[in-house]
Amino acid sequence: MNVLSLIVFLPLVAAAALAFVPARLGDRVFTWSWGAAAAADLVLVVAMWIGFDADGGISYEQRLRWMPSVGIDYHVGIDGLALPLVAVTAVLFLACAIYSQRRLRSAKPFVLLFLCLQTVSLGLFTALDLILFFVYFDLSIVGMYFVIAAWGHGNARKSALKFFLYTFVGSLVLLLGFIGLYLAAEPHTFDIVELARANPLAGRETYGAVVLLAIGLGFAIKTPTVPFHTWLPPAHTDAPATGSVILAGVLLKMGTYGFVRIAMPLLPQSWREYAWIVVIVGVVSVLYGALVALAQEDFKRMIAYTSVNHMGYVVLAVGAAGLIAEGDEQARSLAVTGAVTQMVSHGLLTGALFLIAGVLFDRRASYDMGSYSGLAGRAPVLAGATALAAFGSLGLPGLSGFVAEFQIFTGSLASASVPTALALLGILITAGLLLRAFHRMFLGAERLPDTPGSTRRFEDLRSRELFSVLPLLVLAVVIGLLPRFLLDVVEPSVTSVIGVIGR
Amino acid sequence: MNAKLTALVPELALAAGAVLGLLAGSWLPRAKQWSVGVLTALACVVGLVATASSWGGVPETVFGGSYALDVTTHTSRLLVLSGTVLVIWLAGESLGNHPRKAEFYVLSLLAALGTIVLAGATDLLLLAAGYLLASIPLYALAGFSKDAPGTEASLKYYLLGALLGVTMLTGVTLLYGVGRTTRYVVLVRTLSEAPHSIVAAGTVLLLAGLLFKIGAVPTHFWVPDVTEGAAAPVAAFVTTVPKVGGLVAVYRLVSEVVPPTVNWPSLIAVLASASMTLGNLAAFFQESVRRLLAYSTISQVGYIMLAVTVATRSELALPALLFYTGGYVVTNIAAFAVISEFPGATRIADYRGMARSHPALAGVLVLSLLGLVGTPPTAVFLGKLEVFSAAVDGGYTWLAVLAVVNTVISLFYYLRWMVPALLAVPGGEHVPLVRAGRWTAACAYTAACGSLGLGLGGGLVLPGLTGTVLP
Repeated sequence: MNVLSLIVFLPLVAAAALAFVPARLGDRVFTWSWGAAAAADLVLVVAMWIGFDADGGISYEQRLRWMPSVGIDYHVGIDGLALPLVAVTAVLFLACAIYSQRRLRSAKPFVLLFLCLQTVSLGLFTALDLILFFVYFDLSIVGMYFVIAAWGHGNARKSALKFFLYTFVGSLVLLLGFIGLYLAAEPHTFDIVELARANPLAGRETYGAVVLLAIGLGFAIKTPTVPFHTWLPPAHTDAPATGSVILAGVLLKMGTYGFVRIAMPLLPQSWREYAWIVVIVGVVSVLYGALVALAQEDFKRMIAYTSVNHMGYVVLAVGAAGLIAEGDEQARSLAVTGAVTQMVSHGLLTGALFLIAGVLFDRRASYDMGSYSGLAGRAPVLAGATALAAFGSLGLPGLSGFVAEFQIFTGSLASASVPTALALLGILITAGLLLRAFHRMFLGAERLPDTPGSTRRFEDLRSRELFSVLPLLVLAVVIGLLPRFLLDVVEPSVTSVIGVIGR
Repeated sequence: MNAKLTALVPELALAAGAVLGLLAGSWLPRAKQWSVGVLTALACVVGLVATASSWGGVPETVFGGSYALDVTTHTSRLLVLSGTVLVIWLAGESLGNHPRKAEFYVLSLLAALGTIVLAGATDLLLLAAGYLLASIPLYALAGFSKDAPGTEASLKYYLLGALLGVTMLTGVTLLYGVGRTTRYVVLVRTLSEAPHSIVAAGTVLLLAGLLFKIGAVPTHFWVPDVTEGAAAPVAAFVTTVPKVGGLVAVYRLVSEVVPPTVNWPSLIAVLASASMTLGNLAAFFQESVRRLLAYSTISQVGYIMLAVTVATRSELALPALLFYTGGYVVTNIAAFAVISEFPGATRIADYRGMARSHPALAGVLVLSLLGLVGTPPTAVFLGKLEVFSAAVDGGYTWLAVLAVVNTVISLFYYLRWMVPALLAVPGGEHVPLVRAGRWTAACAYTAACGSLGLGLGGGLVLPGLTGTVLP
């Protein structure tokens, strides 16, 4: 058994075993087993990271014949693009498991669903076959739909349905794009590595453009970029805290990862041709996300919009990497490295922010920023954690967001100077809105929303909350101060992707 | 003549099983009628074994070129017989101690036989005979419970079937008139020299009957009434098994016999679009679960017809057609098994809170409904992948895009059933869910596993679905 497949399927095996445990044994059995499985998985990921050889190639590769007659294989492997995302996924799921060590509404199905989601998410980042990738892509949507619909609050059913329909359209368009690639290759195959080598759409401009349109649309909806982002805010607002963490931290990365893993290396020519559109979409997402976030009164909705903004940076960077006429190879590598770092950083910081939003909702059943004030006095640890996450998110040096955004801007400036300059405004707005939010909620005179049934005192972070949020922030600081351990893994693989685009 | 009786063991087993079952059923006391069920299931199993042992042989036609033994016939036998076994299994408990239980089994067996003949026929007269044999037992089955909805369903089914049967015979007559033969092998040659307009008219009239069998637009009017009015096992049968024969017959006819001068791909493409779109739109706000599934089958047939559209343009069309049909049959039977397990629950609201009281069966329901949407890793997903690939490969990208749009639309109404079943709290004004029994549940689990297994293990099956289709 390949260690990668073990990492992917361990949560699923745990879920299958837990399915036979009767629910009357109590919630603890399930939440603790979940934590144990997530921790074991993280240990395996760390071990894999230590044994990882960063040479730009694929490690831990495994290829089994699955449906050879239709060109579908069980092909998994990991490189410097996938490994950091696999690690973030494992960390975030463990954080969710720790956060959920409490009374849950129907714990058993919740735990089973999250374990399945973990397999699906890890599987997606390790898949090297388009259909395998698609299977995970689609199942992540189904899983998240049930998380939001069953454990969400407010208008959860409606938001979940919107999320499902919207991203399902994206996934099916994506499938059409994959079919286009499959049919173009001779012999027909869905294998990502073989397709990258064969470059079947070289010299077929219209065909390539249509396939890129389909694949780009699919990933743009998942990422999401403006104008396909409208499903995101309601889904986040009504999802449970852990659901939001996985949605923002892992599921959104599936879109941006798809650009780097599939769209760029498999359609290099079309990518170069239409990179300017990607850049524009990225910049619009950056600015629009930031401006709309500025107008929000709902804390969770605001974070959701900053996600649109942050994913915009990633899209800008991958677009700039395709503008081959201007800018040297090194700058373009830097941009894509920054994009991958941003995916990691956003996963950690936004994960922490959504957990904090969950803490607020647990205490007072409200996300309304106007009704909270002066929380710092009552809950200094919560205030500190929020400040750290917010500073990281706005790109303060010393935290992971800075490393990511600095590389993105430096790398993109040469090839797309005007868009990059415009995107810099996004940083300013985000900084302003995050500071304003922190200022309103945590400083000043104490004021709490009147929620019937809540205690008078506002409790600081409990241990399970602290132990779920803190590791994410520690990792963000470590990446901010000592980024080399991450960049050394990412850079070689980025260089090979950039090499493929230049072909 | 090439009268090779050994090649027809599955068909003979079904005929013998039907005759023996009818005789035994006339004499057996009511409490022992179940043994006829065992007998008919046994006949199907004999047929399955014979099919499996003859798989992969050299394709040939027997009985003077009137019956083809090729990959399509073999697969149709496999699907029809497996589907029939599942339905017989389902019926065991749903029909209880029905006084005419033996008749149900015998009629199902005869309809299955007719469906296989429809699939294998390479002669217009045999095709017409297959049509009648596949239809008449089903008219009787639709009204099996002798209640008002069943009678209405039966009458509607019969009248439409009789009308389109006559239409089909007119088509046969026209093609015979200009082609001077009813044998496909000869028709291939003679029809291309015959007057173009008469060939086109004959083809359209002939197709009308086959479209009726598969329940595609515009001959779909019977589907909702029969699915809702007939007994649940009958509905499970009617919405799955006859489609196999009808689809294969259409495929064989258009890909091998109809000359290219007739623009049949456009006709089938239009019918496919209409089927999937109208079926989906009609399913939208159905409150009755059976009507919902009825309209869903109309749209599913539309997707499968994508493969027929590109029959001569893509090598992927044949495996796509056969695999999708197989995946659809087993997935749809799983959904109907859940319906049969709860005979009292007829409306979506009756399934509220099912996950709490019956978690495993709720799992089957979700698996089959998500399966019908085409969620991986179920069989219909792989079928859709194949069908879409075939359509794009054959130059019908617009049809694939339309199918994608329809798939998204279909998600909505499947969720309308799934979500209350999974998430709602039981209570309110609805009938409590009463189970029919363990056998029906076991059938539901088997069919669901089949759908999942076929999706995951499609790699083992797909290579066996390619081969020559004989005219």
